[in-house]
Amino acid sequence: MRLTIKTEELRDELIRRVEDLSRQSLLQCYQCGKCSAGCPVVDEMDVIPSEIIRLLQIGRLEEVLNSKTIWVCASCLQCASRCPKGVEFSNICDALRQMVLRKRLSNPRMDADEVSAIMISDAPQMGVVAALRKLNG
Amino acid sequence: MKIPYYPGCTLHERALDFDVSARECAKAVGVELQELPIWTCCGAVFPLVSDNVMEILAPVRNLAYAAREGDKLVTLCSFCYHVLKRANKVVKDDPEKMEKANLFLRADTEAREEVESYTRKDYEGQVDVLHYLEMLRDVVGYDEVKKKLRRTLDGLRVAPYYGCMLLRPKKEMEFDDPEQPSIFEEFLDTLGCDVVDFAMKTECCGGFQIVADEDLAVQCSRNVVGSALKNGAEIIVTTCPLCRYNLDKKQDEMAKSVRGFKKIPVVYFTQLLGIALGIGGEHIDFSDNYVDPRPVLAGKSLL
Amino acid sequence: MEERIGVFVCHCGSNIAGVVDVKRVAEELGKYPGVAYSTDYTYMCSDPGQTMVKDAIKEHNLSGVIVAACSPTLHEATFRRAGRVAGVNPYQVEIANIREQCSWVHQGDKEAATRKAIKIIKTMVEKARLDEALDPIAVPMTHKALVVGGGIAGIQAALDIANAGYETILVERGPSIGGHMAQLSETFPTLDCSQCIMTPKMVEVAQHPRVKLMTYSEIDDVSGYVGNFKVKIRKKAAYLDRDICNGCGLCMEKCPAKTTSEFDEGLAQRKAIYTPFPQAVPNKPVLDRDHCTYFLNDGKCGICKKICPVQCIDYEQEDEIVEDEVGAIVVATGYDLYPIENLGEYGGGKYPDVITSLQFERMLSASGPTEGEVKRPSDGKVPETVVFLTCCGSRDPEAHMPYCSKVCCMYLTKHAMLYKHKVHDGQAYVFYMDVRTAGKGYEEFYTRAAEEDDVLFLRGKVSKIFEEDGKVVVWGVDTLAGRKVEIEADMAVLGLATVPNAAAKDLANMLKLHTDEWGFLAEAHPKLRPVESLAPGFYLAGAAQGPKDIPEAVAQASAAASKVAHLFAEEEYHREPIIAWIDEDTCAGCRVCVSVCPYDAAEFDVEKGIARIQEAICEGCGACIAACPSASAQQRNLTDEQVYKMVSAALEG
Ligand SMILES: Cc1cc2nc3c(=O)[nH]c(=O)nc-3n(C[C@H](O)[C@H](O)[C@H](O)COP(=O)(O)OP(=O)(O)OC[C@H]3O[C@@H](n4cnc5c(N)ncnc54)[C@H](O)[C@@H]3O)c2cc1C
Ligand code: SF4
Ligand code: SF4
Ligand code: SF4
Ligand code: SF4
Ligand code: SF4
Ligand code: SF4
Repeated sequence: MRLTIKTEELRDELIRRVEDLSRQSLLQCYQCGKCSAGCPVVDEMDVIPSEIIRLLQIGRLEEVLNSKTIWVCASCLQCASRCPKGVEFSNICDALRQMVLRKRLSNPRMDADEVSAIMISDAPQMGVVAALRKLNG
Repeated sequence: MKIPYYPGCTLHERALDFDVSARECAKAVGVELQELPIWTCCGAVFPLVSDNVMEILAPVRNLAYAAREGDKLVTLCSFCYHVLKRANKVVKDDPEKMEKANLFLRADTEAREEVESYTRKDYEGQVDVLHYLEMLRDVVGYDEVKKKLRRTLDGLRVAPYYGCMLLRPKKEMEFDDPEQPSIFEEFLDTLGCDVVDFAMKTECCGGFQIVADEDLAVQCSRNVVGSALKNGAEIIVTTCPLCRYNLDKKQDEMAKSVRGFKKIPVVYFTQLLGIALGIGGEHIDFSDNYVDPRPVLAGKSLL
Repeated sequence: MEERIGVFVCHCGSNIAGVVDVKRVAEELGKYPGVAYSTDYTYMCSDPGQTMVKDAIKEHNLSGVIVAACSPTLHEATFRRAGRVAGVNPYQVEIANIREQCSWVHQGDKEAATRKAIKIIKTMVEKARLDEALDPIAVPMTHKALVVGGGIAGIQAALDIANAGYETILVERGPSIGGHMAQLSETFPTLDCSQCIMTPKMVEVAQHPRVKLMTYSEIDDVSGYVGNFKVKIRKKAAYLDRDICNGCGLCMEKCPAKTTSEFDEGLAQRKAIYTPFPQAVPNKPVLDRDHCTYFLNDGKCGICKKICPVQCIDYEQEDEIVEDEVGAIVVATGYDLYPIENLGEYGGGKYPDVITSLQFERMLSASGPTEGEVKRPSDGKVPETVVFLTCCGSRDPEAHMPYCSKVCCMYLTKHAMLYKHKVHDGQAYVFYMDVRTAGKGYEEFYTRAAEEDDVLFLRGKVSKIFEEDGKVVVWGVDTLAGRKVEIEADMAVLGLATVPNAAAKDLANMLKLHTDEWGFLAEAHPKLRPVESLAPGFYLAGAAQGPKDIPEAVAQASAAASKVAHLFAEEEYHREPIIAWIDEDTCAGCRVCVSVCPYDAAEFDVEKGIARIQEAICEGCGACIAACPSASAQQRNLTDEQVYKMVSAALEG
């Protein structure tokens, strides 16, 4: 695998948008990986949280937006809580989801219409509301 | 003592067992929880993106309602507590967002008849959002609670599960040490329980992912329940309907992937408090529990 | 007297002359009042240039000299020397900076640059016209040093100063000297036994005829100034006469009271009457009353007193204050480990098998609690898998310390290696962010650990450690593989950050030494004056100044000692005379100067009811001069009158 780094890609406006939306500065991350080490759902991720940040640092926004990772994050805030540099990956993840959802692109992993009837009649309401807001815009 | 109370949607309906036990217990320790005359859903999530003002409007509106009732607001559900507390902090720290929220509140007041009877003032973050546990510890006092107990829960091995939303982010929630918290342990100590320390008490139960991806969430909740079991717990207590759901109702799914899985009941902390305070009957209702806690409790002669 | 000032305009090759019209400058200045002679030359600082200045001084009978050239930091001293040789007081030789402040910054505009150069020189002429002839201030000096802290740095500094011929007092808070180095097993990168290389030095310093060793002692008070400090040293009650004690050890053997050993980092017990370790210097015990049965239980016990063959136990003993005078003070108060309690995600100290790096050192040490065997504290089993964690509390600006602790990469590599040497089929893992091996032989040491001792280095930080089912479970990550890593280990060792010793912070406060925001002592200049404090007469050595390893601590200690020897080389101490003075006739005694002086040089003279400047201490910073409401505080050779004249000259025309 090879990567040609292009300065324009590094300075992609959309990546600045990720920083604005999440209120995080990507270059503050020194890639220690502590966020990934403590993430409860990392087993199901295709790209681990610290790698998502790395990809953004080197201008690979598309790759990140197409990852499964951003949809499996449970917003548990553990990554943010333990980051030695005060980077809140949870917020970066939310920003990335929003960027997809606001383009009216649906979440590839959850269709609102397909949330099962059992769930709706059984699960606590706040859980259903939270899922729809986080994962369906 | 009367304290304004925000139940939130889930306690209003699907987690009535939590709501009812909490109100009864409060009475028993000398607090009347006064439900806000009007309130709406808090929205369940706190927006993590900077430009989303919309998602703080609902919590701020509820806080503005609360401001008319007093200077404190007690709530129980971890999600409600999280959202209300963080939204409150946004109002306090971010003048621009405060202004936006108040613009909305003004329009809202005009549009709705019920609220006209209130004299409207801008909301500037003046309400202190308290979790019920904080109310017990700081307003009532654990010592006072202890005096009111009818029985202690001696020998009951209880694992306190904090989950995510109460503790994180530390700087905003200011609830407890996010890694080695103690408010729950001290509470259980007050009731006389054997507190079970377990490593996963602050790890995620899977949260809202249960709606989108059950396997994913079960993986998390199995981890939590497994850790409580390994450390010898007989019962898990939570402060959150979603945690309760994930940890309790999904135990059949957990059992599928763990050999020799032993079921363990998951109850709200107010239900144990109720038992210790001698509250009985319909107020301490376990009919919604998937894993029935009654055998364990009966085994300790607590029913 | 009519001032006769000479102006010497330097071309600095083309540095100045390429921009400034130096001929015109020299010509203009020649016409300025007070200037008796003016000229220009290619390189004033060269030998012929200096000779030119000297000759002109004699020939034209000059009373003051202005060299219009580069920054005074470069050649002020050069020309002052030249002035002195030719008979002009050095403090009447001034530099007008027309290079950094003129030619270099105005390259595009020759005319303006030339006008500016003229003005700069005129202001200096105004200053020089009123400059007084001054002499350096001579202060009497006590040729004796105090070294605080008896770790390797303090020991080395004391030895070097004593060997240079000066009396030295070495004060150590604990019962023995040695500091942390005495606790270590073997030392990177050579793996020599720490005790073996350390003990000879400890003995040497204790027996040195010019060193007065005071252990179990602390500094109570320091007053005075460089060359003339008065110190009060508190000899803490050891409840026995350590001069008479012969170190037989009977008391320690028979004492029934036990507590945890600080020296063994809580992994073993010691008696209430104890020496911290068998090779302690002095090898004489102290009695710790907080754990002694006699003191806790109303006089019940007294075994040590009964058994002592020389009758030196004294339960009534009190702290003793010893006063002395010294000329210089070396602070070598060392470091502590960052508290494990602050690392909640790693258990915060609640798991017995998650230990600190110093605990592991004690475990590895042949004279330690396990006699050098690696055994886990919980059950004494030999761990088959050990995980080592770097940067625990370091490089974490969010919750802990932002800086790199510098030694932990190396000592954890050493730990992993030594563990493998003791447990051959064991597995060692090191989680790291970067392995920092900047030192002679360090990279080779790390390579050896990875290649020959099969230590597996995993690049990533650990998020959580917990104990379950008798295992220490580590949640880490391998960022190179892009995977979360879970290891079920038997033990974990935390490479905790190096922080300044807690007691050292109090001492720094008492001595009014500058520290950085974490409490490490601040050096006068990070590059060029790394072993001196900003406060004159104070020198820094070892980890008290910042995280460092043994070779660096020793080098710094020797450097500090040589600075002390340098100071002591003169009979008296000479200071720059450009300091403040108070006009006694106008001073109203308001004491503003006393309150603003950062060096406590301005003091209130109660008898006269006015302020006074202590010449030996004043640094000439000017704070009092700016603050004094009646303009009574003035700076020598920079009086208000001089400043006004300089400003007028600058603004004219
Ligand atoms: C686990 C570990 C392993 C290490 N391994 C190595 C290694 O292999 N190789 C290597 O080169 N370096 C190693 N180091 C680093 C080494 O320990 C230090 O470089 C060295 O000990 C610094 O010596 P010091 O004299 O500056 O400080 P210290 O050893 O801390 O000595 C300071 C002394 O001052 C005393 N003191 C403090 N305050 C006062 C006061 N107010 N009054 C009187 N006395 C006071 C203290 O009691 C102490 O005796 C290791 C460090 C650690 C933590
Ligand atoms: S924990 Fe923080 S610094 Fe470390 S990789 Fe994650 S975001 Fe970056
Ligand atoms: S917030 Fe998302 S990415 Fe961060 S630890 Fe939780 S689940 Fe993982
Ligand atoms: S009095 Fe007894 S307990 Fe105290 S130090 Fe002496 S022998 Fe030990
Ligand atoms: S018994 Fe007396 S002489 Fe012997 S070590 Fe103890 S105090 Fe010293
Ligand atoms: S020396 Fe190594 S382990 Fe220590 S703080 Fe620096 S990088 Fe981290
Ligand atoms: S010049 Fe500075 S150091 Fe000197 S007395 Fe005044 S304030 Fe103190």
